[in-house]
Amino acid sequence: MTLSIDDVKQIADLAYIKVDEDEAKAALAKLSDIFKLIETMQAVDTTGVTPMSHAQDLVQRLREDRVNESDQRELYQSIAPQVEAGLYLVPKVIE
Amino acid sequence: MLNDSLKQLAKRLAEKEVSSVELTTEFLKRINQLNPKYNAFITVDDEKSLEQARAADRKIAAGEAGPLTGIPVAQKDIFCTQGWLTTCGSKMLSNFVSPYDAGVIERFNAAGAVNVGKTNMDEFAMGSSNENSYYGPVKNPWGINAVPGGSSGGSACAVAARMAPAATGTDTGGSIRQPAAFCGISGIKPTYGTVSRYGMIAFASSLDQGGPMAKSAEDLALMLNVMTGFDARDSTSLQREAEDYTRDLEKPLLGLRIGLPKEYFAEGMHSDVEKAIEQALDEYRRLGAETLEVSLPNSPLSIPVYYVLAPAEASSNLSRFDGVRYGYRTEYYEDLRDMYRKTRGEGFGPEVKRRILIGTYVLSHGYYDAYYIQAQKVRRLIAQDFKQAFTQCDVIMGPTAPSVAFDLGEKSSDPVQMYLSDIYTSAASLAGLPGMSVPVGFGEKNRPVGLHIIGNYFSEASMLNAAHQYQQVTDWHQKMPGL
Amino acid sequence: MQWEIVIGLEVHAQLSTQSKIFSGASIAYGAMPNTQACLVDLALPGVLPVLNRGAVERAIKFGLAIGAKINSPSIFARKNYFYPDLPKGYQISQYELPIVEGGDIRIQMGETEKQIRLTRAHLEEDAGKSLHEDFHSMSGIDLNRAGTPLLEIVSEPDMRSSTEAVAYAKTLHSLVRWIGICDGNMQEGSFRCDANVSVRPRGSETLGTRCEIKNLNSFRFLEKAIEFEAERQIEILEDGGCVRQETRLFDANKGETRTMRSKEDANDYRYFPDPDLLPVEIASDWIAQLQKTLPELPQTRRARYVSEFGLSAYDASVLTGSRELSDYFEATVKLLPAQAKLCANWIMGEISARLNKTDMDVVACPVAPETLAVLLSRIDDGTISGKAAKTVFDSLWQGEMEQQVDAIIDAKGLKQITDDSAIEQQIDDVLAANTQLVTDFRSGKEKAFNALVGQVMKATKGKANPAQVNAMLKKRLSD
Repeated sequence: MTLSIDDVKQIADLAYIKVDEDEAKAALAKLSDIFKLIETMQAVDTTGVTPMSHAQDLVQRLREDRVNESDQRELYQSIAPQVEAGLYLVPKVIE
Repeated sequence: MLNDSLKQLAKRLAEKEVSSVELTTEFLKRINQLNPKYNAFITVDDEKSLEQARAADRKIAAGEAGPLTGIPVAQKDIFCTQGWLTTCGSKMLSNFVSPYDAGVIERFNAAGAVNVGKTNMDEFAMGSSNENSYYGPVKNPWGINAVPGGSSGGSACAVAARMAPAATGTDTGGSIRQPAAFCGISGIKPTYGTVSRYGMIAFASSLDQGGPMAKSAEDLALMLNVMTGFDARDSTSLQREAEDYTRDLEKPLLGLRIGLPKEYFAEGMHSDVEKAIEQALDEYRRLGAETLEVSLPNSPLSIPVYYVLAPAEASSNLSRFDGVRYGYRTEYYEDLRDMYRKTRGEGFGPEVKRRILIGTYVLSHGYYDAYYIQAQKVRRLIAQDFKQAFTQCDVIMGPTAPSVAFDLGEKSSDPVQMYLSDIYTSAASLAGLPGMSVPVGFGEKNRPVGLHIIGNYFSEASMLNAAHQYQQVTDWHQKMPGL
Repeated sequence: MQWEIVIGLEVHAQLSTQSKIFSGASIAYGAMPNTQACLVDLALPGVLPVLNRGAVERAIKFGLAIGAKINSPSIFARKNYFYPDLPKGYQISQYELPIVEGGDIRIQMGETEKQIRLTRAHLEEDAGKSLHEDFHSMSGIDLNRAGTPLLEIVSEPDMRSSTEAVAYAKTLHSLVRWIGICDGNMQEGSFRCDANVSVRPRGSETLGTRCEIKNLNSFRFLEKAIEFEAERQIEILEDGGCVRQETRLFDANKGETRTMRSKEDANDYRYFPDPDLLPVEIASDWIAQLQKTLPELPQTRRARYVSEFGLSAYDASVLTGSRELSDYFEATVKLLPAQAKLCANWIMGEISARLNKTDMDVVACPVAPETLAVLLSRIDDGTISGKAAKTVFDSLWQGEMEQQVDAIIDAKGLKQITDDSAIEQQIDDVLAANTQLVTDFRSGKEKAFNALVGQVMKATKGKANPAQVNAMLKKRLSD
């Protein structure tokens, strides 16, 4: 696989990261090297192997349905960039 | 006192030879003196630390002291610590004062340990040299031009330079073991699921695991006794009986079967490292252990697999950093999308952005099966190799890293070379197995060499036993850099 | 050309748990903004999800109620996209191995039943809310709703008209309330529909390009949106154009659908199994135990009403429209088993009309099933006429005379005259006073008979039993 500068920009777009032309160029060279390394694993025959998503073969534990949190808005919003009337403010959301 | 073991410090505190306030003051003094040069800490707050020390002294006076009560411990800046700046080495969190404590921090607080500061690290734990920190690189106490390793470089440096008797680290692909090796200290990444990930800022959820860094195996055991345990807030936390990790320290090693993977003792390992490792293995044979060759045929693929899976998980884990609820927000923006893109473009450093891009790509439509699923399948093959090997041996040993600490800047422009410094450590992470590094001598430029010990699931006590017995007959772990 | 409309629905039912799906924060509606958003809901660095048993339980109950397969293991996956009401930058949902797979819902279209197949139902977390009131040209984000448990119920494209779609949505709405997994409150957003609409030439087997319409929070909007959207697509196709696959938003004020701007960029959600959550295993004894807690289901009751009570399929489906209505019927018919049809007629007629008129739920009905049963038994035993019963019902509804049916009948003098000799007396008087009518009848004018009955009824002020009058008069005239 060969990455192009447009690929890099498109991925950055999907990841919501602003990259300028120079950054994209620099990233392209490095990403291409990294993918060369990554692709060495693609030759392995993995027919019939179950993908491993977790480090342990365990099952999900379930939490009892109980409310155990109380209002901490003041504390949590004390570290927010911009709040008003208890709301987090962001540039206008368009639907 | 700076070179004391945790047990010795606890004894001094118990016998009132020294108070926690005095002990803490001593270490804070050393931090304030050395940190400008080594940059091991991002945040030091004398008053907060001393307040904890005073509380610890009251506990000691009341006869309620545990093994770590009153002992200063440095905390990696990845653990959310209430009221403390918790940056994760990133500009993105450069203003983030955590409103809550991580599970690990709660445990240290409950044990009466004193937090002496938050240690520097590669941004979001992504790196093997600590050069990726927004707060600048950490220097290696064994050579000011050398990297301390990463991502827990600040913690490794703090312990090596005796700025703290012990520290916490986290390990995703080698981030405890490799810096421990580079700085000449001991470090263990326990079995995945034994240390709570709650409040430990996620890099790659299925691999991240907290663990202690200290001078000796005995100290690690005492630290693990505090750090491990079930946490209902982490779905991957294991529900197990509490264990005493010091219980097997004194067992003789007679008959211990040490597996030496032929893939690790091959091309790639530098000769100075090889020499130190061979000497350590000789020492083990003298202690009654036997060594045999084992094979981990898929482990050379652990780096490519790791660099698919870890970035994939990271790309998603780091999506929450958007400048809406906490952390950095860009100053000038046109609209919502622009705010997001600039915040993330400016708030993340180059390596983090690189990994987000890799992760986004391998998860995206059309590439998912070829990269992500294939990597998960090879991950299982890697884990199966270990399962097979552990039918033949009790522990696996080899080098922690192919070389001693490299120079600052030496690999920072070549990510692939940087990634390969985790070649021996990432396989155990992928399998979820415990791994540790202990100092076994010095290589080139008088820089430390670490021996890598991998154990089977939940065999930490045996691994610590193996390391402790070695440390009873050697003194590498007590070597202090001349600063 | 004749066009066929093809509709599939995606319904988001908010599950009636106490706490959120992955955190211990309350899901109570209407709290002050962000007072029910805890660390996990706010996606602070380092926090982790833990699955709520109550949410899983409700999903299993739903699966059992529609005869679906319950997957074990079931997997949670991350759906990655950026939006300010989505704090983690991904939604925890399910992709492969959803908790519920398959099953079906039967809808009643008149006297015929239609099967709508379900593709799947999966658990996921809700997002927060963006408030568009102007805060210095910014939007406000309230994350109270973030993390609320949802069951997304996806149907196959089995519906062919807006009427069918509404019938399906109503049946589903009734079912989730029936089994107690969702309160169904549509104003509060507890039951939300998205409709996938496409059109194709009648007879065609291939599906046309579909548009997804979001934000349909009432059955009426669902109906209007589908009709508008189908018209729009037909118009495009008839003009030789192509329908563009997209997400559209229904504007209730204009009665139109429009392109949703925030969904314009083609999304690549990068689903992958959530590494923070392990596979969910659902033991068969847990399923068996939940099966036992399920009430008798509407479809079972429907069938029983037809076979046991001889009701029509339509009546049976109306009566099982909600569990409350059906329970009301059950309680009434239990006391009057031989008169099921009478009970059904009254409940679907008088009772439902009154409830509708006063916008009241059947659980709040002022006339209890026991009282209704007494009233209906008085019709049944001939004490009062059906017409008089409506007068009594009025009094009962008003709560008059402590709702004592017999006391009301007495007080209002509504009792039918059933005494033969009393009626005989009236007949004698009427025949004597209407000799012409008698003559007419005898000469073959059938109409005259009805007039005579009318006269007798009039003389008894309507209290005589008309059937009885009829029989007695016939007997007298044939003598």
